[in-house]
Amino acid sequence: MPPESILTAAGICHSFGGLMALEDIDFRIGRKEIVSLIGPNGAGKTTMFNLFTGHYNPTRGEIYFNNRKINGLKPYQITPIGIARTFQNIRLFGQMSVLENVLIGQHCRTRTGLFGAILRTPGCKKEEARARELALEMLSFVRLEEKKDEKACNLAYGEQRRLEIARALATDPLLLLLDEPAAGMNPQETISLMELVRQIRDQMGITILLIEHDMKVVMGISERVAVLNYGKKIAEGTPREVQNNEEVIRAYLGDSA
Amino acid sequence: MINPYYMQLIILVGINTIMAASLNLILGYTGQLSIGHAAFMSLGAYSSALVTLHFGFPFIISLLCGALFSAIFGVIIGIPTLKLKGDYLAIATLGFGEIVRIVCLNLDITGGAMGLRGIPKKTTLLWVVLAVLVTVFILNRIIKSRIGRALIAIREDETAADSMGINSTYYKILCFGVGAFFAGLGGGLFAHYMRFLHPKTFDFMKSIEHLCMVVLGGLGNMWGAFIGASILTVVPELLRSVADLRLLIYGAVLVLMMRLRPQGILGPQTDIAPAIEKIRLKFKSIWHRLARGKT
Repeated sequence: MPPESILTAAGICHSFGGLMALEDIDFRIGRKEIVSLIGPNGAGKTTMFNLFTGHYNPTRGEIYFNNRKINGLKPYQITPIGIARTFQNIRLFGQMSVLENVLIGQHCRTRTGLFGAILRTPGCKKEEARARELALEMLSFVRLEEKKDEKACNLAYGEQRRLEIARALATDPLLLLLDEPAAGMNPQETISLMELVRQIRDQMGITILLIEHDMKVVMGISERVAVLNYGKKIAEGTPREVQNNEEVIRAYLGDSA
Repeated sequence: MINPYYMQLIILVGINTIMAASLNLILGYTGQLSIGHAAFMSLGAYSSALVTLHFGFPFIISLLCGALFSAIFGVIIGIPTLKLKGDYLAIATLGFGEIVRIVCLNLDITGGAMGLRGIPKKTTLLWVVLAVLVTVFILNRIIKSRIGRALIAIREDETAADSMGINSTYYKILCFGVGAFFAGLGGGLFAHYMRFLHPKTFDFMKSIEHLCMVVLGGLGNMWGAFIGASILTVVPELLRSVADLRLLIYGAVLVLMMRLRPQGILGPQTDIAPAIEKIRLKFKSIWHRLARGKT
């Protein structure tokens, strides 16, 4: 029996106009699992992320996180209850420094209001100092502390991906959604990324759901894999089970295989 | 005593700095294209002048009344319009600016097309300097805080900001409110300096003037607001002798500026602290070298 579930999607459908992007998906993630979501392009993987994070609202079905219904909530309401994400096409705050990017992640964990900020009250100073400390901790966790004052847009590609992860971790999540974290990385970077993902789970106890095309990453770190094709879930199981699943092979390689 | 002509220029530079700095919060830091800033100025100008005329409140209270009145309108206008983006927001704020102008033109209490006369002259250089310092101080504190980071994040990438737990609508309305507050303050100072208000003063061109100040000085840079306001207040005065060519030169400067240095004179640095630090280190090393030379 897999561990108690942290996120449950029950019968979710999502359509863009006439196009059914996701059809009747049942899906769950157990606490502290590392789960991968794979499938050919356009299968609906990122749509699923957007549903979990409130960027879209499902046409039908329900999503529960930590025993709380979250569909209908806005992204800024979902982040504080513990879901953080990265984006497929990196979305950093380019003109801000690396440190500031991570500090933004602390936004929902801090409270200073307009007057606190203007008067710079002791409470605000303390909060700011704590946020800074935590942000530096996150930066050293992804090994970017030396670049903290650089502009985010000047970082190398792999570093930008790691910064995005640090920024997501700074929101203090229970569940981290990674959208193609290894895309565009060289083999060396990919290996250290896998190491990083494992550390996030083992040291911080954060559950991880990732979308990935690099099968070495998927098979290497995930405990469970779900496969989407044309908006339907066609398989789910351990990496080995999925690799040998006939329908999965057909989806990836075509009928004649 | 300072020559009254120069005095007038300095006071106008001050008022325009307040206008540009407050618009900079909206446009430069939060990235919302608002071209109705003169409307907030006129709301502050008219309401503070009316409060002075009808109730005889002390100047500071009139100024605050004007600023608050303008801020309230900033929030009211912000709620429906800030769901719009880019060009659409620009058109909506432009419409708002015209509505305010036309309402002022037709109300009896504002003096309609005759304008509002007989406002006591209360704005002095000291008041303006104080107001500029307070404005820049408060805006700077906001920008350097968690709130300022949220605003810049919205400018950089609204989707990402949302997924960092930032309620972007709330922060956009907040920045509109604060921007309108200081625009209203600038309007109040203007009213009690000019002693006469006419809706035509706060037309679309005035908003564009504020916009040019911010863009010329450098978006997202508080010093830029001051530099932009100074240049665009002083240069038209210097060009008075070539009255016919004035607008032509003014326009050409803006076109050249956009072509050669679109980021504004100071550019979009959000923080001048690193630059100051660099200068400090340089001085320190020179100092050390000199000290070593002596011994």
